[in-house]
Amino acid sequence: MFTFILKRIGVAIPTLFILVLLSFFLMQMAPGSPFTGDFNMPPEILANLEAKYHLDKPLWQQFAYYLKDLLHGDLGPSFKYKDYTVNELVAQSFPVSITIGALAFLFTVIMGVGLGTLAALRQNSWIDYTVMTFSMVGVVLPSFVIAPLMVLIFSISLKWLPAGGWNDGSWQNMVLPVAAMAILYVAAVARIMRSSMIETLNSNFIRTARAKGLPRRHIIFKHALKPALLPVVSYLGPAFVGIITGSVVIETVFGLPGIGQHFVNGALNRDYSLVLGLTIIIGSLTILFTAVVDILYGLIDPKIRVGG
Amino acid sequence: MKKPFKALKLAGIPALTLAASIMAVTSANAAIVPAGTQLAQVQELVRGNGAEPASIDPQKVEGVPGSSVTKDLFEGLVTQDAAGNTIPGQAESWTVSEDNKTFTFKIRDTAKWSNGDPVTAGDFVFAFQRAVDPETASRYAWFMEIPTIVNASAIVKGEKPADSLGVKAVDDKTFQVTLEKPVPYFIKMLAHQTTFPVPQKVVEKLGDNWTRPGNMVSNGAYKLADWRVNEKIVLERNSNYWNDKATVINKVTYLPIVSTTSELNRYKADELDMTNLIPVEHFKSLKKQIPNEVRVTPYLGTYYYTFNTKRKPFDDVRIRKALSYAINRDAISKYVKGQGEKPAYTFTPETVSGFVPPSTDYSKMSQAERNAEAKRLLTEAGYGPNKPLEFDLLYNTDEAHKKVAIAIAQMWKPLGVKVTLVNQEWKTFLDSRNDGKFDVARAGWIGDYNEASTMLDLNTSTHGQNDSQFVNEMYDKLMSESRVVTSDEERSHLYTEAEKILADEMPVAPIYQYVTSRLVKPYVGGYPMSNVEDNVYTRDLFIKKH
Amino acid sequence: MATITVNKMVKEESHKAVENFSEKLEIEGRSLWADARRRFLSNKAAVASMIVLVAVTLLIIFGPMASQFTYDEIDWANMAAPPSMETGHFFGTDHLGRDLFVRTLEGGRISFMVGAMGALVAVIIGTIYGSMAGFLGGRIDNLMMRALEILQSFPFMFLVILMITFFGRSILLIFIAIGAVSWLDMARIVRGQTLSLKSKEFVEAAIISGASSTQIIFRHLIPNLLGIVVVYASLLVPGMILFESFLSFLGLGVQEPMTSWGALVNEGATSMEVAIWQLAFPTSFLVITLFCFNFIGDGLRDALDPKDR
Repeated sequence: MFTFILKRIGVAIPTLFILVLLSFFLMQMAPGSPFTGDFNMPPEILANLEAKYHLDKPLWQQFAYYLKDLLHGDLGPSFKYKDYTVNELVAQSFPVSITIGALAFLFTVIMGVGLGTLAALRQNSWIDYTVMTFSMVGVVLPSFVIAPLMVLIFSISLKWLPAGGWNDGSWQNMVLPVAAMAILYVAAVARIMRSSMIETLNSNFIRTARAKGLPRRHIIFKHALKPALLPVVSYLGPAFVGIITGSVVIETVFGLPGIGQHFVNGALNRDYSLVLGLTIIIGSLTILFTAVVDILYGLIDPKIRVGG
Repeated sequence: MKKPFKALKLAGIPALTLAASIMAVTSANAAIVPAGTQLAQVQELVRGNGAEPASIDPQKVEGVPGSSVTKDLFEGLVTQDAAGNTIPGQAESWTVSEDNKTFTFKIRDTAKWSNGDPVTAGDFVFAFQRAVDPETASRYAWFMEIPTIVNASAIVKGEKPADSLGVKAVDDKTFQVTLEKPVPYFIKMLAHQTTFPVPQKVVEKLGDNWTRPGNMVSNGAYKLADWRVNEKIVLERNSNYWNDKATVINKVTYLPIVSTTSELNRYKADELDMTNLIPVEHFKSLKKQIPNEVRVTPYLGTYYYTFNTKRKPFDDVRIRKALSYAINRDAISKYVKGQGEKPAYTFTPETVSGFVPPSTDYSKMSQAERNAEAKRLLTEAGYGPNKPLEFDLLYNTDEAHKKVAIAIAQMWKPLGVKVTLVNQEWKTFLDSRNDGKFDVARAGWIGDYNEASTMLDLNTSTHGQNDSQFVNEMYDKLMSESRVVTSDEERSHLYTEAEKILADEMPVAPIYQYVTSRLVKPYVGGYPMSNVEDNVYTRDLFIKKH
Repeated sequence: MATITVNKMVKEESHKAVENFSEKLEIEGRSLWADARRRFLSNKAAVASMIVLVAVTLLIIFGPMASQFTYDEIDWANMAAPPSMETGHFFGTDHLGRDLFVRTLEGGRISFMVGAMGALVAVIIGTIYGSMAGFLGGRIDNLMMRALEILQSFPFMFLVILMITFFGRSILLIFIAIGAVSWLDMARIVRGQTLSLKSKEFVEAAIISGASSTQIIFRHLIPNLLGIVVVYASLLVPGMILFESFLSFLGLGVQEPMTSWGALVNEGATSMEVAIWQLAFPTSFLVITLFCFNFIGDGLRDALDPKDR
């Protein structure tokens, strides 16, 4: 296990480096600069701005500057939000995305696994059909339809919950975004869980267990659940990063100050340092959680040996 | 989505007897609550702000969202009343030298920072120097060059040190500015945030961190209480403001909601008292359901299409004219926009004070006549069914621009013109337009002061924003002449002549005159209905009992 | 973000299908396809979806002819008008007075094209890349997989926005952009599959008889990968269509006056309280089509993977 982790880190570092390198140069190649605006600035003012952010230096030198700061954990100043550094922006927005994401994730796992198992156990019954239809809706309806619909119903008509805002993370403000976000993933997890549960229940070792006359509940929870969870785990690993790093759609509709908006707006504003910083964070998380999935896999299924 | 930046570009308005006339005005920079109005117990306001400000540091602000917040936080030497007139702010009075080049301001004794320190002439000196200092890298550094403050240009270029700027603290309460040329509208410019004072001691101590809640010290009617990027900026009443007794609202929250639909939803859910915009799709039904909450005010600006006159075939005036004539402006303002925008046949909006629109050929014709003329011009230029005119129409990604572009493309279709709509996201669009990589492009310009030159200067051959690359000696001559003419009448005549040239040469096709439309809850009092620059100071507002 | 969801799910489910499919392949040989067809046809949901999908396709192709309007024509007298038989606007009009019936169908053409082309690009790149890595093995395989890993750790929004700023907005480039960010999983699946095929006798025989690498990849490996590719592609199409709608949400979708279901749904969603028909019609079409694709995909998987039932 220890060598496995070391090996992973050994691979992750060059991967991250290439990620940073590519993002840095790709971003700079995009037309427009952080300082193009509605009206043209006199050249001397533009020059002052570029000097302040080192943009007047050759690209490789800018990259060197960036790397040097990065090694100190400094993601640089934001080009767009002049009063903040990228570290501060991330520190402000990350907790929001993580809170919403973690809750949505929790909800997804409980609901998805529960519903999927239920559907599998009652295969081809009305429960199965209801669950599957519901989860299909989650897969086919874009979230920019679901989310405003929720606002319309729960905030404007019924006036139960706020239509947007974060409000220091009060629970009322979290209900709708968490629900809107989870719907997508619950649907997917339920579907995967269902088919993998059906398959497990039909496998030989479960048949044997049944033949032995073990109680149904015992079979499901002690024997079937673990192997049936494997595909869910390998789906949720990478999805987890997507969930906690937020969704632009949900954040835009509910006016949440999370990472998703920063990422898209940063790219559109050519806020080089903000986008690079977020790319590095999201990239590292992706690498991290792919590794976590591999480890979890090994824990759940002893047949798979980690590190092979 | 993207409101044009309010680019205060002043390029020379001739001598007005400003200083004197302004001082005579005694309207209040405070809420005017009509007698008998019952005020609400809780005086708190929530405003939609359109987007997250890039900065709220007066010298670093770029764009409207930041400007609105700083105008509540800080106050310059002068400020504006609800109707947009310039009135004394931190300076209670000022004198102008014989040669109109030296301005001496007397700062109020009662002017204080939110931490209780007095506002001194030194703070102004510091702020003015800071604006031009290359170290600050202010986008608005040019703002100090326009009124030709002594050495401003040289400092921006890095040729002279910042402390050589023509500003001086005569004593603690007397601030003096010297100009290189007698620019008469200088006083008017001082209501802009670039000229706001900043607390020297605080900025020097805290550096870039001085704008954070807890750190920031301000001299306006409000002070910063909280700031969460992409969520909210909360301001609280500044009890040290010199005119605090006249302020009514205790707390104002700015929400940076980009999506207009989300903003509308939150207004409907009573989470907002004032929106930044009204989504076009909803305007008609809102006007029917809650007519007294829909506030439409004129806005000093024109929406137009610019032709690339350096590119074939748009170097041919007949083509430009044909395309412009074929735009049914009534249909655009009535059906596509429908928020009270007026059709534009001149580059300068009619609301601009002292502007007399010329009587041009095409403004008097009926649309049918215009269409016929357009067809004739196009045939004359050699285009027709056998040789259709083909070109790209460039606009930036935005619902509103998209709608206008689609409608206009449809109006051009009967001419046998093949238009390809090209939408680019903001930064790419700006790059294309600035570099002249377009055939016809969408544009809009918001004037910065109530005078025709704020618009017309744009089409002079040396102007940075002359995207059509229009060059006309006569036009340039008229505009430079307008800067030295002293009589209002004569100047107005020059502007009319300039508009005539634009109508004849058609480097740009004006489409409609902007308006500002907002939803404002009926209990919000004091909302300015005639500030064409759309400065809505919170200190002028109040909440009625509801 | 929905695409990730769908794609990852597809990957998971098809992974199993591959394994089972390849087992079958060996044992049953040719009869597999006949078998699969029989099993597919007995799946009622899949067959019904097939019929609906054909109907939608026909409507999309021929429907616009039934209307007196074109997709970009403005009816100044009927702006944002509700559906009505009298005016001839069966689905009503949008805020610019353009006929929604024609636009919905026109949007369908684009969405179908985006779906099909995007899936095609993903499948082609993924299959070639994956089979090459798997077949060539060793150092090259290692290198190719490392490259894949790097690409996978890229936030895909970043890539898409960059591509759009670089290349502008032609439909073709949107296909390529979308396809180009979704071939990664395909490549992985195909590689795994190739690795197992490589050890099979017929490939070894080809190697011994001196066939070149290209020949082996294109003659022997890819044809045998077809089954899984079909399953994967049928599930990729709805993902692509949904992804296009996400791009439309960001304003980065199809160029006006052309439209797509994503663009129409997005526009409808901003005015659902005042003009519900603008949301209802395009959304119904989108949802029905995606449902069908998903059922067909499920059906195909079940048909090729009898173990599941």
